[in-house]
Amino acid sequence: MNYIDGFRDPAVAAQFVRLIAEQGRALAGQGRRVHIMEVCGSHTMAIGRYGIRQLLPGNVELISGPGCPVCVTDPGYIDTAIALAGRGAILATFGDMIRVPGSDSDLSTCRSEGGDVRVCYSPSAAVEIAQNHPDREVVFLAIGFETTIAPVVSLVGEALQAGVRNLSLLTAFKLVPPALYALLADKEVQIDAFLCPAHVSAIIGSGAYEPFAAGYHVPCVVAGFEPLDILYGVNGILGQMLKGEARVENQYARVVRPEGNLKAQARIAHYLEPVDAVWRGMGVIPSSGLGLRAEFAAYDAEKKFGMPVRPGRQHAGCRCGDVIKGKLRPTACGLFDKVCTPDHPVGPCMVSAEGTCAAYFKYTLPDERQGGRK
Amino acid sequence: MSSDKVVQLAHGGGGRLTRELIEQEIVPRFGDGPLRGLPDGATLQAPGDRLVFTTDSFVVQPLEFPGGNIGDLAVHGTVNDLSVCGGEPKWLSLALIIEEGLPFSVLGRILDSVRAAADACGVAVVTGDTKVVARGQGDGIYVNTAGIGRALPEFSLGPERIREGDCVLVSGTLADHGIAVLSARQNMGFVNGPQSDTGTVQRLVMAVRELGAAVRFMRDPTRGGAGAVLNEIVEGRELGVLIKERDLPLAPATQAVAEMLGIDPLHAASEGRVILFCDREAAADILRRWRALPEGAGAACLGTVTRDKGRVILETVAGGRRLVDVPRGELLPRIC
Repeated sequence: MNYIDGFRDPAVAAQFVRLIAEQGRALAGQGRRVHIMEVCGSHTMAIGRYGIRQLLPGNVELISGPGCPVCVTDPGYIDTAIALAGRGAILATFGDMIRVPGSDSDLSTCRSEGGDVRVCYSPSAAVEIAQNHPDREVVFLAIGFETTIAPVVSLVGEALQAGVRNLSLLTAFKLVPPALYALLADKEVQIDAFLCPAHVSAIIGSGAYEPFAAGYHVPCVVAGFEPLDILYGVNGILGQMLKGEARVENQYARVVRPEGNLKAQARIAHYLEPVDAVWRGMGVIPSSGLGLRAEFAAYDAEKKFGMPVRPGRQHAGCRCGDVIKGKLRPTACGLFDKVCTPDHPVGPCMVSAEGTCAAYFKYTLPDERQGGRK
Repeated sequence: MSSDKVVQLAHGGGGRLTRELIEQEIVPRFGDGPLRGLPDGATLQAPGDRLVFTTDSFVVQPLEFPGGNIGDLAVHGTVNDLSVCGGEPKWLSLALIIEEGLPFSVLGRILDSVRAAADACGVAVVTGDTKVVARGQGDGIYVNTAGIGRALPEFSLGPERIREGDCVLVSGTLADHGIAVLSARQNMGFVNGPQSDTGTVQRLVMAVRELGAAVRFMRDPTRGGAGAVLNEIVEGRELGVLIKERDLPLAPATQAVAEMLGIDPLHAASEGRVILFCDREAAADILRRWRALPEGAGAACLGTVTRDKGRVILETVAGGRRLVDVPRGELLPRIC
């Protein structure tokens, strides 16, 4: 079990915590506070699951970023999906999407009112559904970041090969680097360093973060999802900051290469091209999404049914947008654990398995919730 | 009956085929006690003036999984509920709802397991019922068992007896049943994969009855796992529980699959374990008694009772602390 326990060794963790405390003190001595954004939702969950936030010195904050694909999906996307179900299409989706609020409803309600919404554990299941229902249209809800995009878009290849014509994708693919540019440009968000995603980086490569280190003088450390990975990553970031450096460090070299996964990148480029994309809370970010190329329009649900996704409305008072941008700690949201809980979510950050609010709800202790820190 | 025959709707019709099903499948396995002659009800001699009585229904999919099947699970589930209430299990009822088309070979294996598990627990199946539903209206077979036991006078158990500083013990590794069933359901095809821990906790309970008042409360961590059980016990109270991640007893195969599926082992069910709250002074003695039994070989101290107001808190391997929430949604539907 070394591949699990080896990255969870309490003695090594304690050593890292000591090193982090020392470096934090040195930075505090220079009057510096450090705001580290963990970009990826899986990092957010792991930080909660291992109670890592409390192990950091008072002047080092971990801020959760926009790395949950469900959370950044605009309500208008859900509206279009519900409309497609209303026209008789079978919706095939990952389970996370089921309770994400659209403008007026969600897929769970749509299903209880007779909509045919099916949860898939693998994108291939959508091809099977289409083959089993040749007289129906099947729409796969294709959301995700780089990690998910390659396997999902392979559906189109599978469908082409199997001669399946009644399957299409409603795409809301998102890319991580353009969102990081947008966050760095936002003067209301203070980000001193990025703890870069593990699996997204396996696809895009650690080299993708070079422009942030070089152009914005922001240390970027790629880290895995185990507790020691995260502590090691934070330690690396503080080390760079103490020395006044801003480099890309790949501390997840057991999985991530500088150039990434070229095969996956080629597959993505074969089917998809950059498009402007709407991010919940962040608005339209140029070239921050991927859509199907014109030659695959027959598999593009928006084009096939003439139903383009239009921006939707979110619940008044829901501050998921600010949470996604790292401007608001979930526990500082007026709805958190009052109106908005995992059983009765108001916004997507409380629904998704990787949502920031869900992570805080699930894992943080009451005294941490009340504290001023993230 | 030959192994390729299947149950037909007429097997539940009350006629000749029903008689055949009962005489060939039920009587040979269970007809040696109060079931002899197939009376409408069992007449029993009360073993004392205080009884414990419980019932449970079983709808697990798949019917057969690594480490057990719906038959032994249906015995263990009910017997364990009696045991952790401080009861000595005596009698079981067995009600089967069979879906048309179930192979007799499968039914035979399930009933063999019921008998073997009942024998191992020292309980007798004394009454029962069989129904058959049309194809598509059931999932192979559903089983209900009810159990009666004698309340052991040594125990006076209740969550209100738990005190700050008490120890929380568990009789073996956590989450094995839930993870084994899930991996069987997903056809993951593991070699040496997770094995269900379905089994009786009766001897574990009997082994500590002499300690009487030092044993405050017992529960079996079935649906929702240890996380749900601990939360239920402290909810709305002044007390909480602190558990340590590094002390959680986990079988390597179970831990590996739980990691792979992203399931917290604290939210996955056991079917042959007991969680016991006891006076701190008695903890070492209880662990020694448990570890002397094969089913208690993996017994461990999970944690201690604190003043954390209704909260279950985990000290993580990284050294941080976090809440242990109750599982939400349909994490593992139909595991028992």
